[in-house]
Amino acid sequence: MNYDEEEVIEIVEGIFSGNKRALARAITYVENDYPEGKEIMRRIHSKTGKAHVIGLTGFPGVGKSTIVSKLTQEFRMREKKVGIIAVDPGSPFTGGALLGDRLRMDGFDVNRNLWVDPGVFFRSMSSRGRAGGLAAKTGDVVRLMDAFGFDVILVETVGAGQSEVDIVEVADTSVVILMPEVGDDIQINKAGILEIGDIYVVNKADLEGADKTARWLKAMLMMDEGSVEILSQTTHADEARVQSGEIFEGLKKGWVPPVIKTIADKGKGIKELADAIEDHHKFMIESGMLEDRRKRRIKRELFELVMEEVKKMIKTEMNYKEIIQRILKGELDPHTAAEEIVRRLVRA
Amino acid sequence: MAEKKIRVLVAKVGLDGHDRGAKVLARFLRDAGFEVIYTGLHRTPQEVAMAAVEEDVDVVGISLHSGAHLALVPKVIRYIKEYGADPEEMLILVGGIIPEDDIPKLKELGVDEVFIPGTPISEIIDYIRENVRRKREARRMKVKE
Repeated sequence: MNYDEEEVIEIVEGIFSGNKRALARAITYVENDYPEGKEIMRRIHSKTGKAHVIGLTGFPGVGKSTIVSKLTQEFRMREKKVGIIAVDPGSPFTGGALLGDRLRMDGFDVNRNLWVDPGVFFRSMSSRGRAGGLAAKTGDVVRLMDAFGFDVILVETVGAGQSEVDIVEVADTSVVILMPEVGDDIQINKAGILEIGDIYVVNKADLEGADKTARWLKAMLMMDEGSVEILSQTTHADEARVQSGEIFEGLKKGWVPPVIKTIADKGKGIKELADAIEDHHKFMIESGMLEDRRKRRIKRELFELVMEEVKKMIKTEMNYKEIIQRILKGELDPHTAAEEIVRRLVRA
Repeated sequence: MAEKKIRVLVAKVGLDGHDRGAKVLARFLRDAGFEVIYTGLHRTPQEVAMAAVEEDVDVVGISLHSGAHLALVPKVIRYIKEYGADPEEMLILVGGIIPEDDIPKLKELGVDEVFIPGTPISEIIDYIRENVRRKREARRMKVKE
Protein backbone atom coordinates (compact mmCIF):
# COMPACT_ATOMS: atom_id res chain seq x y z
CA MET A 1 0.00 0.00 0.00
CA ASN A 2 1.13 3.52 -0.63
CA TYR A 3 2.35 5.64 2.19
CA ASP A 4 3.65 9.17 2.45
CA GLU A 5 7.43 8.74 2.65
CA GLU A 6 8.14 12.26 3.89
CA GLU A 7 5.61 11.91 6.68
CA VAL A 8 7.06 8.54 7.72
CA ILE A 9 10.62 9.89 7.81
CA GLU A 10 9.56 12.90 9.84
CA ILE A 11 7.69 10.77 12.36
CA VAL A 12 10.38 8.12 12.75
CA GLU A 13 13.06 10.78 13.26
CA GLY A 14 10.71 12.52 15.69
CA ILE A 15 10.26 9.34 17.71
CA PHE A 16 14.00 8.74 17.91
CA SER A 17 14.64 12.34 18.98
CA GLY A 18 11.97 12.44 21.68
CA ASN A 19 9.29 14.47 19.90
CA LYS A 20 5.97 13.76 21.63
CA ARG A 21 3.96 15.08 18.72
CA ALA A 22 5.59 12.52 16.42
CA LEU A 23 4.84 9.70 18.85
CA ALA A 24 1.23 10.84 19.19
CA ARG A 25 0.76 10.91 15.41
CA ALA A 26 2.43 7.53 14.99
CA ILE A 27 -0.01 6.00 17.48
CA THR A 28 -2.92 7.49 15.53
CA TYR A 29 -1.64 6.00 12.27
CA VAL A 30 -1.10 2.59 13.84
CA GLU A 31 -4.41 2.58 15.68
CA ASN A 32 -6.32 3.39 12.49
CA ASP A 33 -4.45 1.02 10.18
CA TYR A 34 -2.95 3.72 7.98
CA PRO A 35 -0.26 2.45 5.60
CA GLU A 36 2.09 4.96 7.27
CA GLY A 37 1.55 3.10 10.56
CA LYS A 38 2.82 -0.20 9.23
CA GLU A 39 5.85 1.46 7.66
CA ILE A 40 6.67 3.29 10.90
CA MET A 41 6.48 -0.01 12.81
CA ARG A 42 8.93 -1.55 10.36
CA ARG A 43 11.44 1.24 10.82
CA ILE A 44 11.38 1.48 14.60
CA HIS A 45 11.56 -2.24 15.31
CA SER A 46 15.32 -2.44 15.82
CA LYS A 47 15.06 0.12 18.63
CA THR A 48 12.54 -1.89 20.67
CA GLY A 49 12.89 -4.45 23.44
CA LYS A 50 14.45 -2.32 26.15
CA ALA A 51 11.44 -1.14 28.12
CA HIS A 52 9.92 -3.00 31.05
CA VAL A 53 6.25 -3.46 30.18
CA ILE A 54 3.96 -3.60 33.19
CA GLY A 55 0.31 -4.56 32.88
CA LEU A 56 -2.27 -3.51 35.42
CA THR A 57 -5.66 -5.16 35.46
CA GLY A 58 -8.60 -5.62 37.78
CA PHE A 59 -12.31 -5.04 38.19
CA PRO A 60 -13.81 -1.62 37.35
CA GLY A 61 -13.39 0.83 40.20
CA VAL A 62 -10.69 -0.97 42.18
CA GLY A 63 -8.32 1.95 41.60
CA LYS A 64 -6.26 0.99 38.57
CA SER A 65 -5.93 4.52 37.23
CA THR A 66 -5.09 5.95 40.64
CA ILE A 67 -2.41 3.30 41.12
CA VAL A 68 -1.06 4.11 37.65
CA SER A 69 -0.75 7.76 38.65
CA LYS A 70 1.02 7.03 41.93
CA LEU A 71 3.29 4.40 40.37
CA THR A 72 4.25 6.93 37.72
CA GLN A 73 5.21 9.37 40.48
CA GLU A 74 7.29 6.67 42.15
CA PHE A 75 9.08 5.61 38.95
CA ARG A 76 9.76 9.25 38.07
CA MET A 77 11.34 9.63 41.50
CA ARG A 78 13.54 6.67 40.57
CA GLU A 79 14.50 8.63 37.43
CA LYS A 80 12.69 6.40 34.99
CA LYS A 81 10.77 7.71 32.03
CA VAL A 82 7.22 6.40 31.95
CA GLY A 83 4.87 5.76 29.03
CA ILE A 84 1.26 4.96 29.83
CA ILE A 85 -1.40 3.28 27.71
CA ALA A 86 -4.84 3.32 29.31
CA VAL A 87 -7.53 1.26 27.62
CA ASP A 88 -11.20 1.89 28.26
CA PRO A 89 -14.16 0.15 26.66
CA GLY A 90 -15.41 1.28 23.29
CA SER A 91 -19.05 0.69 22.54
CA PRO A 92 -19.81 -2.27 20.29
CA PHE A 93 -23.07 -0.46 19.46
CA THR A 94 -22.06 3.10 18.52
CA GLY A 95 -18.27 2.81 18.31
CA GLY A 96 -18.02 5.63 20.81
CA ALA A 97 -16.00 5.64 24.02
CA LEU A 98 -15.60 7.71 27.15
CA LEU A 99 -11.92 7.52 27.99
CA GLY A 100 -11.76 8.46 31.63
CA ASP A 101 -8.42 7.24 32.94
CA ARG A 102 -6.31 10.30 32.24
CA LEU A 103 -8.27 12.43 34.67
CA ARG A 104 -6.91 10.41 37.61
CA MET A 105 -3.36 11.52 36.83
CA ASP A 106 -1.77 13.88 39.34
CA GLY A 107 -1.71 17.45 38.10
CA PHE A 108 -0.49 20.78 39.36
CA ASP A 109 -1.79 20.18 42.89
CA VAL A 110 1.04 17.79 43.82
CA ASN A 111 4.83 17.91 43.70
CA ARG A 112 5.28 16.60 40.22
CA ASN A 113 2.78 17.49 37.52
CA LEU A 114 2.51 14.32 35.46
CA TRP A 115 0.38 16.02 32.81
CA VAL A 116 3.22 18.17 31.54
CA ASP A 117 6.24 16.16 32.71
CA PRO A 118 8.54 15.66 29.69
CA GLY A 119 9.40 12.18 31.02
CA VAL A 120 5.78 11.03 30.91
CA PHE A 121 3.52 10.28 27.95
CA PHE A 122 -0.09 9.28 28.44
CA ARG A 123 -2.30 7.85 25.74
CA SER A 124 -5.92 6.77 26.14
CA MET A 125 -7.15 4.03 23.85
CA SER A 126 -10.58 2.64 23.15
CA SER A 127 -10.91 -1.14 23.04
CA ARG A 128 -13.18 -0.49 20.03
CA GLY A 129 -15.53 -3.25 21.01
CA ARG A 130 -12.85 -5.89 21.34
CA ALA A 131 -13.09 -8.41 24.17
CA GLY A 132 -10.03 -9.39 26.19
CA GLY A 133 -9.34 -6.13 27.99
CA LEU A 134 -7.00 -4.45 25.50
CA ALA A 135 -7.24 -2.58 22.21
CA ALA A 136 -6.19 -4.53 19.12
CA LYS A 137 -3.14 -2.32 18.58
CA THR A 138 -1.93 -2.16 22.17
CA GLY A 139 1.15 -4.25 21.37
CA ASP A 140 2.21 -1.92 18.57
CA VAL A 141 1.68 1.16 20.73
CA VAL A 142 3.87 -0.44 23.41
CA ARG A 143 6.61 -0.84 20.78
CA LEU A 144 6.29 2.78 19.67
CA MET A 145 6.73 3.93 23.27
CA ASP A 146 9.61 1.50 23.70
CA ALA A 147 11.39 2.93 20.65
CA PHE A 148 10.72 6.44 21.95
CA GLY A 149 12.86 5.55 24.96
CA PHE A 150 10.56 5.00 27.91
CA ASP A 151 12.12 2.83 30.61
CA VAL A 152 8.81 1.69 31.94
CA ILE A 153 5.54 1.29 30.06
CA LEU A 154 2.38 0.93 32.11
CA VAL A 155 -0.55 -0.69 30.34
CA GLU A 156 -3.88 -0.30 32.10
CA THR A 157 -6.60 -2.64 30.88
CA VAL A 158 -10.29 -2.11 30.58
CA GLY A 159 -11.96 -2.78 33.91
CA ALA A 160 -11.79 -6.55 33.68
CA GLY A 161 -14.38 -9.05 34.79
CA GLN A 162 -13.14 -12.58 35.13
CA SER A 163 -11.68 -13.75 31.87
CA GLU A 164 -10.01 -10.78 30.21
CA VAL A 165 -6.45 -12.04 30.24
CA ASP A 166 -4.98 -10.50 27.07
CA ILE A 167 -2.67 -8.40 29.21
CA VAL A 168 -0.28 -11.34 29.63
CA GLU A 169 0.32 -11.21 25.88
CA VAL A 170 1.69 -7.68 26.21
CA ALA A 171 3.21 -7.33 29.68
CA ASP A 172 6.47 -8.61 31.15
CA THR A 173 5.00 -8.16 34.61
CA SER A 174 1.26 -8.45 35.25
CA VAL A 175 -0.23 -6.77 38.30
CA VAL A 176 -3.72 -7.87 39.31
CA ILE A 177 -5.55 -5.35 41.47
CA LEU A 178 -8.38 -6.21 43.85
CA MET A 179 -10.09 -4.51 46.74
CA PRO A 180 -11.83 -5.72 49.89
CA GLU A 181 -15.25 -7.35 49.50
CA VAL A 182 -14.91 -8.37 45.86
CA GLY A 183 -15.92 -11.86 46.84
CA ASP A 184 -15.03 -14.80 49.04
CA ASP A 185 -12.32 -17.43 48.67
CA ILE A 186 -14.29 -19.24 45.98
CA GLN A 187 -14.30 -16.12 43.81
CA ILE A 188 -10.58 -15.78 44.37
CA ASN A 189 -9.93 -19.33 43.24
CA LYS A 190 -11.84 -19.00 39.97
CA ALA A 191 -9.99 -19.32 36.70
CA GLY A 192 -9.17 -16.26 34.65
CA ILE A 193 -7.57 -13.01 35.66
CA LEU A 194 -6.78 -14.28 39.14
CA GLU A 195 -4.43 -16.81 37.57
CA ILE A 196 -2.29 -14.30 35.71
CA GLY A 197 -0.78 -12.08 38.40
CA ASP A 198 2.95 -11.84 38.95
CA ILE A 199 2.01 -9.42 41.70
CA TYR A 200 -1.33 -8.99 43.50
CA VAL A 201 -2.58 -5.77 45.03
CA VAL A 202 -5.37 -5.28 47.53
CA ASN A 203 -6.17 -1.61 47.08
CA LYS A 204 -8.42 0.49 49.34
CA ALA A 205 -6.80 -1.41 52.20
CA ASP A 206 -8.30 1.06 54.66
CA LEU A 207 -11.69 -0.54 54.02
CA GLU A 208 -12.85 -3.37 56.20
CA GLY A 209 -12.00 -6.86 54.97
CA ALA A 210 -8.64 -6.03 53.38
CA ASP A 211 -6.74 -8.50 55.55
CA LYS A 212 -9.22 -11.24 54.73
CA THR A 213 -8.90 -10.65 50.99
CA ALA A 214 -5.11 -10.58 51.23
CA ARG A 215 -5.15 -13.83 53.23
CA TRP A 216 -7.37 -15.60 50.70
CA LEU A 217 -5.10 -14.44 47.91
CA LYS A 218 -2.02 -15.74 49.67
CA ALA A 219 -3.69 -19.09 50.32
CA MET A 220 -4.76 -19.30 46.68
CA LEU A 221 -1.21 -18.58 45.51
CA MET A 222 0.27 -21.19 47.81
CA MET A 223 -1.98 -23.96 46.60
CA ASP A 224 -0.04 -26.70 44.85
CA GLU A 225 0.65 -30.41 45.35
CA GLY A 226 3.23 -29.78 48.03
CA SER A 227 0.86 -27.63 50.03
CA VAL A 228 -1.89 -30.25 49.76
CA GLU A 229 0.54 -32.77 51.20
CA ILE A 230 1.18 -30.46 54.14
CA LEU A 231 -2.52 -29.74 54.53
CA SER A 232 -3.27 -33.44 54.88
CA GLN A 233 -1.07 -33.49 57.96
CA THR A 234 -2.56 -30.48 59.71
CA THR A 235 -5.12 -30.43 62.47
CA HIS A 236 -7.56 -27.79 63.69
CA ALA A 237 -4.80 -26.43 65.85
CA ASP A 238 -2.93 -25.33 62.72
CA GLU A 239 -5.90 -23.46 61.22
CA ALA A 240 -4.51 -19.97 61.88
CA ARG A 241 -1.16 -20.85 60.30
CA VAL A 242 -2.94 -22.38 57.29
CA GLN A 243 -5.09 -19.31 56.78
CA SER A 244 -2.18 -16.92 56.98
CA GLY A 245 -0.18 -19.07 54.56
CA GLU A 246 2.59 -19.26 57.14
CA ILE A 247 2.59 -23.04 57.14
CA PHE A 248 3.53 -23.12 53.44
CA GLU A 249 6.41 -20.71 53.70
CA GLY A 250 9.59 -21.72 51.97
CA LEU A 251 7.73 -24.40 50.06
CA LYS A 252 7.46 -22.71 46.69
CA LYS A 253 10.41 -22.36 44.39
CA GLY A 254 10.93 -19.61 41.86
CA TRP A 255 8.74 -16.54 41.83
CA VAL A 256 6.04 -16.45 44.48
CA PRO A 257 3.66 -13.60 43.63
CA PRO A 258 3.60 -11.16 46.52
CA VAL A 259 0.35 -9.72 47.84
CA ILE A 260 0.64 -6.01 48.55
CA LYS A 261 -1.86 -3.83 50.38
CA THR A 262 -2.19 -0.27 49.10
CA ILE A 263 -4.23 2.83 49.75
CA ALA A 264 -3.47 4.39 46.41
CA ASP A 265 -5.11 7.79 46.78
CA LYS A 266 -3.01 8.36 49.91
CA GLY A 267 0.10 6.95 48.26
CA LYS A 268 0.38 4.11 50.77
CA GLY A 269 2.01 0.87 49.67
CA ILE A 270 3.14 2.31 46.36
CA LYS A 271 6.87 2.10 47.14
CA GLU A 272 6.44 -1.57 48.06
CA LEU A 273 4.56 -2.16 44.82
CA ALA A 274 7.26 -0.46 42.74
CA ASP A 275 9.91 -2.53 44.56
CA ALA A 276 8.02 -5.74 43.84
CA ILE A 277 7.69 -4.78 40.18
CA GLU A 278 11.43 -4.16 39.93
CA ASP A 279 12.20 -7.41 41.79
CA HIS A 280 10.02 -9.31 39.36
CA HIS A 281 11.76 -7.73 36.40
CA LYS A 282 15.14 -8.73 37.83
CA PHE A 283 13.91 -12.25 38.48
CA MET A 284 12.55 -12.54 34.93
CA ILE A 285 15.84 -11.46 33.42
CA GLU A 286 18.03 -13.65 35.65
CA SER A 287 15.88 -16.75 35.27
CA GLY A 288 15.60 -16.37 31.50
CA MET A 289 11.83 -16.17 31.79
CA LEU A 290 11.69 -12.73 30.23
CA GLU A 291 13.11 -14.09 27.01
CA ASP A 292 10.80 -17.10 27.12
CA ARG A 293 7.76 -14.91 27.56
CA ARG A 294 8.80 -12.59 24.78
CA LYS A 295 9.50 -15.49 22.43
CA ARG A 296 6.04 -16.90 23.08
CA ARG A 297 4.55 -13.48 22.44
CA ILE A 298 6.41 -13.04 19.16
CA LYS A 299 5.36 -16.50 18.02
CA ARG A 300 1.71 -15.77 18.68
CA GLU A 301 1.93 -12.40 17.02
CA LEU A 302 3.70 -13.78 14.00
CA PHE A 303 1.03 -16.43 13.50
CA GLU A 304 -1.68 -13.81 13.88
CA LEU A 305 -0.07 -11.58 11.28
CA VAL A 306 0.43 -14.47 8.88
CA MET A 307 -3.22 -15.44 9.30
CA GLU A 308 -4.27 -11.88 8.59
CA GLU A 309 -2.25 -11.85 5.39
CA VAL A 310 -3.63 -15.21 4.36
CA LYS A 311 -7.18 -14.02 4.98
CA LYS A 312 -6.51 -10.93 2.91
CA MET A 313 -5.13 -13.07 0.08
CA ILE A 314 -8.13 -15.34 0.15
CA LYS A 315 -10.45 -12.37 0.04
CA THR A 316 -8.67 -10.59 -2.79
CA GLU A 317 -7.29 -13.42 -4.89
CA MET A 318 -9.52 -16.40 -4.45
CA ASN A 319 -13.01 -16.81 -5.63
CA TYR A 320 -14.20 -17.57 -2.13
CA LYS A 321 -17.73 -16.28 -2.64
CA GLU A 322 -18.35 -19.00 -5.18
CA ILE A 323 -16.95 -21.55 -2.72
CA ILE A 324 -19.31 -20.29 -0.01
CA GLN A 325 -22.18 -20.67 -2.41
CA ARG A 326 -21.21 -24.26 -3.17
CA ILE A 327 -20.92 -25.12 0.50
CA LEU A 328 -24.33 -23.57 1.07
CA LYS A 329 -25.85 -25.72 -1.67
CA GLY A 330 -24.26 -28.84 -0.20
CA GLU A 331 -21.98 -29.47 -3.20
CA LEU A 332 -18.85 -29.05 -1.11
CA ASP A 333 -18.02 -29.46 2.58
CA PRO A 334 -16.07 -26.76 4.48
CA HIS A 335 -13.13 -29.02 5.37
CA THR A 336 -12.44 -30.03 1.78
CA ALA A 337 -12.92 -26.43 0.67
CA ALA A 338 -10.42 -25.13 3.24
CA GLU A 339 -7.84 -27.72 2.24
CA GLU A 340 -8.31 -26.84 -1.40
CA ILE A 341 -7.86 -23.11 -0.67
CA VAL A 342 -4.64 -23.74 1.26
CA ARG A 343 -3.33 -25.93 -1.57
CA ARG A 344 -4.04 -23.19 -4.09
CA LEU A 345 -2.42 -20.58 -1.83
CA VAL A 346 0.76 -22.59 -1.47
CA ARG A 347 0.99 -22.94 -5.24
CA ALA A 348 0.45 -19.19 -5.67
CA MET B 1 -8.45 2.98 4.28
CA ALA B 2 -10.61 2.93 7.38
CA GLU B 3 -12.10 6.26 8.33
CA LYS B 4 -10.24 7.51 11.37
CA LYS B 5 -12.32 7.77 14.51
CA ILE B 6 -13.03 11.29 15.70
CA ARG B 7 -11.25 11.96 19.00
CA VAL B 8 -12.48 14.76 21.23
CA LEU B 9 -10.86 16.23 24.33
CA VAL B 10 -13.45 17.67 26.70
CA ALA B 11 -11.57 20.00 29.01
CA LYS B 12 -12.31 21.99 32.13
CA VAL B 13 -9.74 24.68 32.63
CA GLY B 14 -9.00 26.97 35.55
CA LEU B 15 -10.82 27.62 38.79
CA ASP B 16 -14.26 26.48 37.78
CA GLY B 17 -16.11 23.64 39.45
CA HIS B 18 -19.09 23.45 37.12
CA ASP B 19 -18.75 20.25 35.16
CA ARG B 20 -22.33 19.04 34.73
CA GLY B 21 -22.42 20.41 31.19
CA ALA B 22 -19.04 18.97 30.26
CA LYS B 23 -19.97 15.53 31.56
CA VAL B 24 -23.34 15.51 29.80
CA LEU B 25 -21.68 16.59 26.58
CA ALA B 26 -18.96 13.93 26.95
CA ARG B 27 -21.65 11.30 27.34
CA PHE B 28 -23.60 12.41 24.26
CA LEU B 29 -20.47 12.67 22.15
CA ARG B 30 -19.71 9.11 23.17
CA ASP B 31 -23.15 8.04 21.95
CA ALA B 32 -22.48 9.86 18.68
CA GLY B 33 -19.61 7.41 18.13
CA PHE B 34 -16.72 9.69 19.09
CA GLU B 35 -13.82 8.77 21.34
CA VAL B 36 -14.04 11.25 24.17
CA ILE B 37 -11.29 12.01 26.65
CA TYR B 38 -12.42 13.94 29.69
CA THR B 39 -9.79 15.88 31.63
CA GLY B 40 -11.60 16.32 34.94
CA LEU B 41 -11.76 19.63 36.78
CA HIS B 42 -9.25 22.40 37.40
CA ARG B 43 -6.77 21.77 34.63
CA THR B 44 -4.18 24.36 33.67
CA PRO B 45 -3.90 25.55 30.04
CA GLN B 46 -0.58 23.67 29.81
CA GLU B 47 -2.18 20.44 30.98
CA VAL B 48 -5.03 20.74 28.49
CA ALA B 49 -2.62 21.54 25.66
CA MET B 50 -0.33 18.62 26.44
CA ALA B 51 -3.31 16.27 26.64
CA ALA B 52 -4.48 17.49 23.22
CA VAL B 53 -1.03 16.79 21.77
CA GLU B 54 -0.44 13.38 23.38
CA GLU B 55 -3.95 12.14 22.64
CA ASP B 56 -3.73 13.52 19.08
CA VAL B 57 -7.31 14.73 19.15
CA ASP B 58 -9.32 16.23 16.32
CA VAL B 59 -11.34 18.45 18.62
CA VAL B 60 -10.49 20.38 21.77
CA GLY B 61 -13.67 21.40 23.57
CA ILE B 62 -13.04 23.79 26.42
CA SER B 63 -15.79 24.39 28.95
CA LEU B 64 -15.70 27.57 31.02
CA HIS B 65 -18.15 29.10 33.45
CA SER B 66 -15.69 31.26 35.32
CA GLY B 67 -15.51 34.27 33.02
CA ALA B 68 -11.81 33.70 32.45
CA HIS B 69 -12.22 32.51 28.86
CA LEU B 70 -10.39 35.45 27.27
CA ALA B 71 -7.40 34.80 29.52
CA LEU B 72 -7.29 31.00 29.44
CA VAL B 73 -8.40 29.91 25.96
CA PRO B 74 -5.60 31.72 24.08
CA LYS B 75 -3.12 30.14 26.47
CA VAL B 76 -4.35 26.65 25.59
CA ILE B 77 -3.89 27.44 21.90
CA ARG B 78 -0.45 28.94 22.49
CA TYR B 79 0.77 25.90 24.43
CA ILE B 80 -0.54 23.46 21.80
CA LYS B 81 1.75 25.25 19.39
CA GLU B 82 4.60 25.30 21.90
CA TYR B 83 4.30 21.53 22.39
CA GLY B 84 4.86 20.97 18.68
CA ALA B 85 1.36 20.56 17.29
CA ASP B 86 -0.59 22.79 14.94
CA PRO B 87 -3.79 24.13 16.57
CA GLU B 88 -5.05 24.93 13.07
CA GLU B 89 -5.33 21.19 12.46
CA MET B 90 -7.68 20.85 15.43
CA LEU B 91 -11.16 22.17 15.95
CA ILE B 92 -11.00 24.47 18.96
CA LEU B 93 -14.45 24.81 20.53
CA VAL B 94 -15.53 26.75 23.58
CA GLY B 95 -18.69 26.16 25.59
CA GLY B 96 -20.26 27.67 28.68
CA ILE B 97 -21.30 31.09 29.92
CA ILE B 98 -19.69 33.31 27.30
CA PRO B 99 -20.99 36.89 26.86
CA GLU B 100 -22.09 37.55 23.29
CA ASP B 101 -19.58 40.37 22.87
CA ASP B 102 -16.71 38.00 23.60
CA ILE B 103 -17.61 35.47 20.91
CA PRO B 104 -16.03 37.40 18.00
CA LYS B 105 -12.99 38.07 20.19
CA LEU B 106 -12.55 34.38 20.88
CA LYS B 107 -12.90 33.57 17.19
CA GLU B 108 -10.23 36.11 16.40
CA LEU B 109 -7.96 34.38 18.90
CA GLY B 110 -8.23 31.07 17.06
CA VAL B 111 -11.44 29.52 18.36
CA ASP B 112 -13.50 27.84 15.63
CA GLU B 113 -16.88 28.01 17.32
CA VAL B 114 -18.54 28.95 20.60
CA PHE B 115 -21.57 27.09 21.97
CA ILE B 116 -23.59 28.85 24.65
CA PRO B 117 -26.10 27.25 27.05
CA GLY B 118 -29.22 26.08 25.27
CA THR B 119 -27.44 24.85 22.15
CA PRO B 120 -29.00 21.53 21.08
CA ILE B 121 -26.43 18.75 21.45
CA SER B 122 -27.25 17.50 17.95
CA GLU B 123 -26.07 20.86 16.61
CA ILE B 124 -22.68 20.39 18.29
CA ILE B 125 -22.38 16.83 17.00
CA ASP B 126 -23.24 17.86 13.44
CA TYR B 127 -20.82 20.76 13.64
CA ILE B 128 -18.00 18.46 14.76
CA ARG B 129 -18.65 15.83 12.07
CA GLU B 130 -18.78 18.39 9.29
CA ASN B 131 -15.79 20.43 10.36
CA VAL B 132 -13.46 17.61 11.30
CA ARG B 133 -13.97 16.36 7.75
CA ARG B 134 -13.19 19.84 6.43
CA LYS B 135 -10.03 20.11 8.53
CA ARG B 136 -8.84 16.68 7.45
CA GLU B 137 -9.36 17.52 3.81
CA ALA B 138 -7.49 20.77 4.26
CA ARG B 139 -4.63 18.86 5.82
CA ARG B 140 -4.42 16.38 3.02
CA MET B 141 -4.27 19.29 0.56
CA LYS B 142 -1.53 20.87 2.60
CA VAL B 143 0.46 17.67 2.48
CA LYS B 144 0.13 17.47 -1.31
CA GLU B 145 1.42 20.98 -2.01
